[in-house]
Amino acid sequence: MEDDIAISVKNVSKTFKLPHEKNTSIKSAFVNFYKRDKGYEEQEALKDISFDIKKGEFFGVVGRNGSGKSTLLKILAGIYSPNTGSVQVNGKLIPFIELGVGFSPELSGRDNVFLNGSLLGFSRKEMKEMYDDIVKFAEIERFMDQKLKNYSSGMQVRLAFSIAIRAKSEILLIDEVLAVGDAAFQTKCFDYFYELKKTDTTVIFVSHDRGSLERFCERGILIEEGKMIESGTIQEVLRSYSDIVFKELDQASEAQTEAEGEARPINKQGKVEYAHIDKVSTYDEKGNLKKNFQFGEKISLEFTVNIKRKIENPIIGVTVWCKNVDKAVYANNTLIDGIKDTGVFLAGEKIILKLSLPKLLNDGEYYIEPAIANESASTFYDQKIKAATFFISGSSNPHSIISGTDKLKLEVLKKGDATKQS
Amino acid sequence: MFKRILSKQNRVLLSELVRTDFKLRYQDSVLGYAWSLLRPLLIFIILYIVFVKFLKVGAGTPHYAQYLLFGIVIWNFFLEMTLQSLGSIVGRGDLIRKIRIPRWIIVLSSSFSAVINFLLNLVIIAIFMAIGHIVPSHLVILLPLIFLEVYLFALGISFFLSAAFVKYRDISYIWEVIIQAGFYITPILYPLSRITNVTFQKLLILNPMAQALQDARYVLITKKTLISNHIFNGGWHQFIPYSIVALVLIIGISYFRKQSKYFGENI
Repeated sequence: MEDDIAISVKNVSKTFKLPHEKNTSIKSAFVNFYKRDKGYEEQEALKDISFDIKKGEFFGVVGRNGSGKSTLLKILAGIYSPNTGSVQVNGKLIPFIELGVGFSPELSGRDNVFLNGSLLGFSRKEMKEMYDDIVKFAEIERFMDQKLKNYSSGMQVRLAFSIAIRAKSEILLIDEVLAVGDAAFQTKCFDYFYELKKTDTTVIFVSHDRGSLERFCERGILIEEGKMIESGTIQEVLRSYSDIVFKELDQASEAQTEAEGEARPINKQGKVEYAHIDKVSTYDEKGNLKKNFQFGEKISLEFTVNIKRKIENPIIGVTVWCKNVDKAVYANNTLIDGIKDTGVFLAGEKIILKLSLPKLLNDGEYYIEPAIANESASTFYDQKIKAATFFISGSSNPHSIISGTDKLKLEVLKKGDATKQS
Repeated sequence: MFKRILSKQNRVLLSELVRTDFKLRYQDSVLGYAWSLLRPLLIFIILYIVFVKFLKVGAGTPHYAQYLLFGIVIWNFFLEMTLQSLGSIVGRGDLIRKIRIPRWIIVLSSSFSAVINFLLNLVIIAIFMAIGHIVPSHLVILLPLIFLEVYLFALGISFFLSAAFVKYRDISYIWEVIIQAGFYITPILYPLSRITNVTFQKLLILNPMAQALQDARYVLITKKTLISNHIFNGGWHQFIPYSIVALVLIIGISYFRKQSKYFGENI
């Protein structure tokens, strides 16, 4: 293996035997032997995966739930052994598949610190030196002599995390479990990741959170149904990832539209239906159907409206939701923008409306919610929740949802010696 | 290979796991560690009343009380170690599924907590020997080797059982029955000399536990103990028990090694 490679994975495949009935008694083993029934189904979790991870790299493993990424991580960690192929690890490796591995609820917090530390490779002496720091960082000094079962789950996670980040290892495997927890905890996690990036630690990061992947990783691979379908820079990987997610979404929405069947003048709530929004899509500047946009690219949106009854000068609007925070981040309509004469439409007409979105949005995944209402905004004719999704990537500012249009201006207003009283 | 097995990290982990086992065992009990000593003592008192006072099976064997107690202590060590190790891998499934540690450390750690208990019990034996004014023979220096034999025999069985238990949960019931049978075919409660049928006597002493038990009693308690060397008149048959121990250890370790690759997914 070359010196600058931390992990080399070659043609790794893994098949699980899933028993029809759990075959944990000798009787059923005998019975199955005589019946010549295999008693299990084979599931291919990983098929012929090969890649290299360089030393000091922050490497992302991306994939949907059940795609096999956790299986891959467990193989890298040596918990599962591959059926074929090989994994070579160059250096000391610590897996964080889960925080607080080996925590025993019946032991005191103090005992658990030492036990968990030994699993990460620390001697008792080393742990004693770090003990005060760990407890202080976890902010649970008062509880250390209580049994762990009396801790709140937040306290347990904090304790586990503050032990875990002491681990000195050349290679770290981090599963997405680290990214759960409240906002304060996530901030701590991200601080820790930034620290890791500064050191020479190789980190393999498994997640499906675009934000943190894009923020920390340089390269990555995409796994879908056990196969590696993309490997390269994290941007490339994330783009292919959203492609497969979209394909799925499209199929789901098509199926839904078919199921809804023919247009009915009375909608589900029993109200008289005036208009029905159908088929919402996003386009780029050149008019190409598109869902993955670069930051700063012009995004326009088109939707078809089937008119069921005559309507006059309806208000047409759109709301954009940010998926990560599940909040509306932008909303506008023709009334706000002072467009009064939107037109008169007759029953049976099919119209296509086009709106353009402002270039405000930073990296992320967004939902579009188009709506059409009557002239006085007293009745919503139709409103289509999560009608379409689009992604934005490549912003230089991934820390917020929207970008300001003006540049930040810095002025130092006061300068003086802090020790002197002002 | 031994360097890898005894690496600093493995030693730290082993000691930490043994510590945890020990702490958890006497969790929430008022007398705590004292139970390690009290339990064999109380069991001994019961057996003493039944077998020495009422049934008088030990008549003719000097220091039969100590002879009996020593046998029970060694047998209990074997029993405790195999039963604890049997469930050790499954019991530590949370570790095995989530982190890579050498699996054998788990079995070894549960065997060590049995060893600690055994050493504490030997203190009781020493006290009773002092009470009975028993002076061990100079052969007592062989005692650690006999204990080692028992330990290795139990370890081989432990490796096999703990790995098999991952796949077949029936193992625990089967083993409980086997060990109950073992308790009676091993001359623990009765002196081997009371088996008058020579063929039976020879068969019984082929059991490594019987051989080790008799040897240990011979060197520590009384030279009147019937040992395999006497039974076989120094013939080659007396080495059969050792061969069984070696065979069990080899089979146990190799089965464990073969299976341990799949613990992560089978547990």
